[in-house]
Amino acid sequence: MAVDGSVERLRREGRIVVVGASLAGLRAAETLREEGFTGTLTMIGDEPYEPYDRPPLSKQVLLGRVPADHTALPRRRAIEAQWRLGVAAAGLDPTAKRVALANGTSVEYDRLLIATGVRSRPWPNELEAGLDGVFVLRTMDDATRLRHRLKAGPSRVLVIGAGFTGSEIASVCRERDLPVTVAERGPTPLSGALGSVIGDVAAQLHHQHGVDLRCGVMVTGLEGDGAGRLRRAHFSDGGTLDAEVAVVALGATRNTEWLAGSGLAAGPRGIACDAGCRAFDVRGIVTDDVFVAGDVARSPHPLFGYQFLSLEHWGNAVAQAEVAAHNMICPGEERRPHLWTPYFWSAQFGVNIKSVGVPNMADQIIVSQGSLGEHRFTAAYGYQGRVIAAVTFDQAKWLEFYQRQIEQAAPFPPPFTTVDRRTEGMRPVPAGFPDPSVPTHGPQVTVSGHSPTDQRVTFTPA
Amino acid sequence: MTSVALLGQILDYANRADPYPLYAELRRTPVVRDESGPYLVSTYWEIQSLLHDPRVSSDIRNLAPEAKTGPRTDDPDLPPSFIRLDPPDHDRLRRLIMRTYGPPHSPRRVYGLHGEISGIVSGLIDRFRGRERIDLVDDFSYPFPVTVICRLLGVPQEDEQRFHGWADTVATAIEPPVGTPDEQEAHWRAIREAHHQLADYLSGLIEQRRRAPREDMISALATDRGADESPMSLPEMLSNLTLLLIAGHETTVNLITNGMLTLLRHPDTLKQLRADPDLVIPLVEELLRFEPPVQLLPERTTLDDIEIAGTTIPQGASLWLVPASGNRDPQRFPEPDRFLPDRPDNQHFGFGTGIHNCIGSPLARLEAQTALAELVRRLDNPRLVEDPPPYRHNAVLRGPRHLPIAFDGLSR
Amino acid sequence: MRVVVDLNRCQGYAQCAFLAPDVFAMHGEEALLYDGQPDDTRRLDVLRAEAACPVKAITVEGAGATWAAEGAGVSDGG
Repeated sequence: MAVDGSVERLRREGRIVVVGASLAGLRAAETLREEGFTGTLTMIGDEPYEPYDRPPLSKQVLLGRVPADHTALPRRRAIEAQWRLGVAAAGLDPTAKRVALANGTSVEYDRLLIATGVRSRPWPNELEAGLDGVFVLRTMDDATRLRHRLKAGPSRVLVIGAGFTGSEIASVCRERDLPVTVAERGPTPLSGALGSVIGDVAAQLHHQHGVDLRCGVMVTGLEGDGAGRLRRAHFSDGGTLDAEVAVVALGATRNTEWLAGSGLAAGPRGIACDAGCRAFDVRGIVTDDVFVAGDVARSPHPLFGYQFLSLEHWGNAVAQAEVAAHNMICPGEERRPHLWTPYFWSAQFGVNIKSVGVPNMADQIIVSQGSLGEHRFTAAYGYQGRVIAAVTFDQAKWLEFYQRQIEQAAPFPPPFTTVDRRTEGMRPVPAGFPDPSVPTHGPQVTVSGHSPTDQRVTFTPA
Repeated sequence: MTSVALLGQILDYANRADPYPLYAELRRTPVVRDESGPYLVSTYWEIQSLLHDPRVSSDIRNLAPEAKTGPRTDDPDLPPSFIRLDPPDHDRLRRLIMRTYGPPHSPRRVYGLHGEISGIVSGLIDRFRGRERIDLVDDFSYPFPVTVICRLLGVPQEDEQRFHGWADTVATAIEPPVGTPDEQEAHWRAIREAHHQLADYLSGLIEQRRRAPREDMISALATDRGADESPMSLPEMLSNLTLLLIAGHETTVNLITNGMLTLLRHPDTLKQLRADPDLVIPLVEELLRFEPPVQLLPERTTLDDIEIAGTTIPQGASLWLVPASGNRDPQRFPEPDRFLPDRPDNQHFGFGTGIHNCIGSPLARLEAQTALAELVRRLDNPRLVEDPPPYRHNAVLRGPRHLPIAFDGLSR
Repeated sequence: MRVVVDLNRCQGYAQCAFLAPDVFAMHGEEALLYDGQPDDTRRLDVLRAEAACPVKAITVEGAGATWAAEGAGVSDGG
């Protein structure tokens, strides 16, 4: 069935299995049907819910404005799938073309799409992670639990990690008038994703909204009381903090463990695939019946030197799912490459933050419009003399211009005059990214070299 | 470099009823210098790109002196309105207006006008009773938006007539002057006089509302202290309120009039709308694509050389974008010259795009949706009396001067 | 009714928040918060917001508009 000559039969009566029933899985399924796939379609998801949207969980849901179950994704069309929800995939045998499920059953496929996404990186000490009051935030259930606890009015919330998710949670806490402390190992919030120049602006937002922000410090331990409830946190500087709630926001880890022994090039940074979304095996040879899409994928990008990128981006999940689905049921010459320019947003402290490109590849930054001090600006990032990324704070309407600059490899610093160029934007400065060998919390986009295998990456904390 | 002599033809009144063939000719060269000086941009993707390009300025003070052409429409005695400014000044003024007009500070200001808008529409249509023929412009499209603006701003009903008069006169400034030099001089004097009276009137109203605020927008403007920046000065308020008045007035007149004209030219669509009034929602979007009230965006300028579509537009050039042409670009819209009320993927330039996108668009949408749905529901067997109808002179804000419609009766 | 907004596309024009303020709300000048499962009484408001979005970032299912494009409103019952 893997031969292109039988593509017509595959489209008519093939068996396609999608592992991962979230945004990427759903949009892929819709695309398969939209493009005329009439065979059997099986959707496997470890959560017991139909596909739902995650970004609202750390915003309107946690704020209490919208119930957590109001996030089910609208369907673009009917997909007539067999749903296997609430059961995780446990293994893959690519020779037998079979996915093993956690409940002991298995499903056979002609084509497989892996869209298992990521999960929150848990607190490394399992005992401490199990304390009542320690949370992560990734799923609808996580959001429901955390929201319930925030509503009860805890005396203090500790957010561990000031990446995007951690900062959004801190913002929600302040809006709910809860005392909140944020502990961040880096020099500023968001420094891993946007560098410390922009991170300083993020820090001002935290301070302005009454967050007790502590940078350059690690949480070394969480302490419970006799009843197993979180009571106190210990810091690397020797200090302690009493808190009833701690939210661990240390970024995400890819759901690839179930592929151990499958022979696919799957590791902690994701599953390597080519521009056509086909998975690589550990030998670096591309498969033709296993496809990958969404947060779990690592794919090479021509704009960034064909290095593999892992993106935790909503729009990438949609775009990559559409390409993967198309390519799954098309002969080689009709296949399309996935060449999406990374695009990302966050809303915190009433500010809309958007970025395009790969900021953390950059060495320099320039404020090309607006002013850091006013918290409304557009900044361009440069790498070896060309524009590689841009970020806006409440200036989203300009971002598509910079996207074109990135796509055209335009020179950096931008040599031209723009509206609203201030004195601080006259000269580029170092962007202030932390040492790349020390992974930070949830950079959202990770550049991970040219090799489809992913064996040299280690994480701290482990 | 190639140049064309099309701008003169576009501005020529003889082509007012159907400028679209000229736009099609223009699109053969997406970016081109017109003989008369300005650079014309007529294709969808190029317009889209320039409206998001920070090297493009809306401030005519950045025009090279030799590139200056058109007349000023603002009150010369007031500071420029935000439409004629660049960030950061534009952003500050627009933010301050939004605080009193829209989300997040005043999210229900426009939404709350639903009932008023329906009431005004019904009232105007009721006055057609007993007649077999109306002029849609004079009897409906013209009085309607000014009345809505009066309610929005909080102009007392007893002053509405005076307000209408000033609005009409001030709005004629956007028409190119006609007649003998003496007549033109008189025309400008009248406009200036109306500007002064309007400014006096608004100053008085602002002062009144400052002392005794009500729920209206002028009260909100008069009492707003700003957030993290200085609140609007009185001259800034007068300048921008005048802009809202003119912009919200002329364009909506054209949207509604063009809408009825288009529906009467497409009887099947009219029938469809009668059967399914909700169709008016996407239909108004298609109307904004097909017959946009603002055809051209004249006199933007370049802060630097901009290379686009194989042409370099030099710094300080006068840049005229033609959104009405971009809206008919076959590279963007399949079958662009067909009116398809439920057209999918209809990302038109009816309200522009980028930071200068029309601030009045939500209000205009509600007004047009309500007006067209009600006109179609209530007019029995409406038909055009003449086609094309007589147009106004203005090529930028293009629309019929009169639209005589005959009908057999009026439903309740 | 189900709603999702592609916030990558969203540029903060706020049309949805003007036209359907019970469903969409600006949070600050540019960030958008919304209810992904609004009450059926908001149907027309949601359709207005969807049509008005200048960047076509809003997807709606189940509003039952006869003219809605591309099969929106269909559910597979899953």
